[in-house]
Amino acid sequence: MGAEPILEMTSITKTFPGVKALTNVNLSVMPAEIHAVVGENGAGKSTLMKVLSGVYPAGTYDGTIRYDGKQRHFTGIADSEATGIIIIHQELALVPLLSIAENIFLGHETARFGVINWHEAHARTNVLLKKVGLVENPHTLITNLGTGKQQLVEIAKALNKSVKLLILDEPTSSLNEKDSDALLALLKEFRTQGISSILITHKLNEVLKVADRITVLRDGMTVDTLDTSTARVSEDRIIKAMVGRELTDRFPPRDAKIGDVKLEVRDWNVYHPQHADRQVIKNLSLSVRAGEVVGIAGLMGAGRTELAMSLFGRAYGQKITGEVRVDGKVVDVSSIPKAQKAGLAYVTEDRKTFGLVLIDHIKHNVTLANLPAVSNASVIDDPAELAVAQKYRKDLGIRCSSVFQTTVNLSGGNQQKVVLSKWLFSGPEVLILDEPTRGIDVGAKYEIYGIINALAESGKAVIVISSEMPELLGISDRIYVMNEGRFVAEMPARSATQEAIMRAIMKSWEN
Amino acid sequence: MTDAVAPTPTTSVMTFVKANIRDYALLLSLITIMVFFQMATSTALRQQTFADALMLVLTSPIEVFRNGILFTPLNMTNIILQNSYIVIMALGMLLIIVAGHIDLSVGFLSGLIGAIAGVLMVTNPFWPVEWKLGTFPTIGICLLVGAAIGALQGMFVARFLIPAFIVTLAGMLIYRGLMIFMLSGRNLGPFPDSFQAISSGYVPDLLAFMAPPGINLLAIVAGAVVTALILLSNWRGRRIEHAHGMADEPITLFYARNGLIAVAILGFSWIMSNHKGLPNVLVTMFALVALFMFVTTRTTFGRRVYAIGGNAKAAKLSGINTERVTIMIFAIMGALAAFAGLVYAARLNSAQPKAGAGLELDVIAACFIGGAAVTGGVGKITGVVIGAFIMGVMNNGMGIMGVGIDWQQVIKGAVLMLAVFLDVYYKNKS
Repeated sequence: MGAEPILEMTSITKTFPGVKALTNVNLSVMPAEIHAVVGENGAGKSTLMKVLSGVYPAGTYDGTIRYDGKQRHFTGIADSEATGIIIIHQELALVPLLSIAENIFLGHETARFGVINWHEAHARTNVLLKKVGLVENPHTLITNLGTGKQQLVEIAKALNKSVKLLILDEPTSSLNEKDSDALLALLKEFRTQGISSILITHKLNEVLKVADRITVLRDGMTVDTLDTSTARVSEDRIIKAMVGRELTDRFPPRDAKIGDVKLEVRDWNVYHPQHADRQVIKNLSLSVRAGEVVGIAGLMGAGRTELAMSLFGRAYGQKITGEVRVDGKVVDVSSIPKAQKAGLAYVTEDRKTFGLVLIDHIKHNVTLANLPAVSNASVIDDPAELAVAQKYRKDLGIRCSSVFQTTVNLSGGNQQKVVLSKWLFSGPEVLILDEPTRGIDVGAKYEIYGIINALAESGKAVIVISSEMPELLGISDRIYVMNEGRFVAEMPARSATQEAIMRAIMKSWEN
Repeated sequence: MTDAVAPTPTTSVMTFVKANIRDYALLLSLITIMVFFQMATSTALRQQTFADALMLVLTSPIEVFRNGILFTPLNMTNIILQNSYIVIMALGMLLIIVAGHIDLSVGFLSGLIGAIAGVLMVTNPFWPVEWKLGTFPTIGICLLVGAAIGALQGMFVARFLIPAFIVTLAGMLIYRGLMIFMLSGRNLGPFPDSFQAISSGYVPDLLAFMAPPGINLLAIVAGAVVTALILLSNWRGRRIEHAHGMADEPITLFYARNGLIAVAILGFSWIMSNHKGLPNVLVTMFALVALFMFVTTRTTFGRRVYAIGGNAKAAKLSGINTERVTIMIFAIMGALAAFAGLVYAARLNSAQPKAGAGLELDVIAACFIGGAAVTGGVGKITGVVIGAFIMGVMNNGMGIMGVGIDWQQVIKGAVLMLAVFLDVYYKNKS
């Protein structure tokens, strides 16, 4: 492999307002190479690929991209696609109600003067499908295909555009083992034809199966590039590079007084709301004690949010079965009001979509989940409501001009505090916090940790879902590790490490 | 936060007006339009060339204004009667638009209810059964039928997630067909006097024994009482806000605003007292407006409607039964459309197969002129009432001026477009 790299990204730095997403990242891909890019959630993998494909156009980042022997300044996806860089996203970009052939030629129709030649399109689709090993009629609608086959259609679409560098973002995350193996075999096949691939994945066993080289990102920096042909690379070696972060985040001291079991969930099963045959949560059981903070760790797509939302009044999923007990008594959580009555509260990971009425002010948002508490016979007691809003503004330190400030104008941290206020005011016994510190600054994070501590101290049971492992290790008493709809490990936070969590996830994929 | 430190409002009048331009612009538009039509309909300008008329307006505006027709007692009463059913339906339509939906069926639903009232009360040669029901049972049945039809529409929207546009479009066609069927395509009337009184009756002047001749004292007293109540409640609201350090409306503006309200209501009641006093429909309409202001601003139900329109997902996840609330607002709309249909039929003194045609457009236009947002979550009852009267005064004024129905439509369309454009323009600017 003495040839010149087909792609060389040098010193890529990308800054968003307030956040440095990438710092001097280097990535080089040789011709006919399968190159894996690995890293934790938020390590910068997707951002790097967006820089490469022109989603972030030249000029919005620093550093240089050399591709196919020339320096490139891509201004958009169309620009990079024209040179043979094709990216296939985690969420597939197919139109469900169009056929395979229509999707493959979408935007590149085999047309003369706007009139499509369907015979040619179908003939060429058959050739492409053969190349990716998919036996389907070109007329079949995408919606009638499984995820694995849809993935193959995406790749066929890429081949149609004479691809030189194929980028796959988490291609196997929703595939079963057989489909995954077929896909990886296809990448190897492409390698013999001289097509390079960049494979972004969490599944290290797959990386070791196919990758020639591995680039590890951590916190927006390149920490390692491993060559599987020259060195014996093990999963442990990669994990160490991925999580080698110091526990620099500070956490308020925590003195847990843990009581009796508060929440108990037994044999919880949930199916996907649209695909009734896809089981999202598989026979899962958990328990949380009063005064305890329990963390749930896992990678994107592990089913953590789905678990939380299905518990909270079946806000997610269908065909839900299982038993929920609060303080030892079986409770009905079949609707959101019932779940609230049972003492549950769920603070969403997506505060803008599910948490706040953004066009309304703080006061109205704080009381929204518990209006009866500030009203008599359905008439709102204005002074009482105002007092509630002022109380939470003070208790949680919401920084605003007044409680009449519209929530859309608040910073992320203060928005999060408003959502927290809303759920604290609903008087729950069990709080499920989903990514409570996502997208907020360090100072506000520390304040949120303090609030979580205070909640636990007041005897509530708290569940924290987070993708930031140091955070989970810092604030929890106990950690469940989740993968593919199951808890694959449970460990006391005191003795847990990031490596141990990652290893548990990787191990669960192997068997 | 516990101390009632009331900071003296430092906001200047201009910055405050700029920040609340939408509210003031609406009121000012209505006043401008009223003044314009008062001048334009003036008898002093009759048979004048355009240049002479313009000259007259510039040289002796007061003379022109005094001879206007718009503010005459008879015409003011007419404006109220002509627009009452629009205002009544706009109250319900605001709830629906705030919740992020639309109801196209209200026009023909009101017409259908008028037809039902006709069939229930009047001898109909084309109908197999004769009921001859009294006024009050008829009103009760009609309101219930309206609410039930609305609830049914709401159920399709909320439970089966069919867009309200489709559901109510289908409803519009169905009600229109049923209405024509029930009336066999003919007018049905006349109604008994007690039914007609819904629209054309006046509240008897209980104070007539001490009133000067030709003056309805009750109207004046009622106007004074209402003015006092509004000023009192505004003053109380301001004091509460002040106690929490929230009042940011400059005091001069507060006085100016309340002074304007007082002048408007007292002046209006004076005008009404010079005709036949308070029409029944005015009193009912006023009560409904007050009720809906209360419901939208002070009750948990109102709050939930705004929350659903602002962010339906967040509202649902906050434990709000969005399905039930949606069904309820459509049921309320149905009942109001029914009531409007009764007012309309009573006014024409017959159930007509063309009744209600196109009313839904005036109602929806009133909401959007009044500042309701197409995206939901935003809108005020005061805005909608002003919006309805902007449309009503324009209809009336252009009618008196003899503007053809063709150009009336063009002008009304342009005003709607302009109002919404300005709304969006100022929103993007801020």
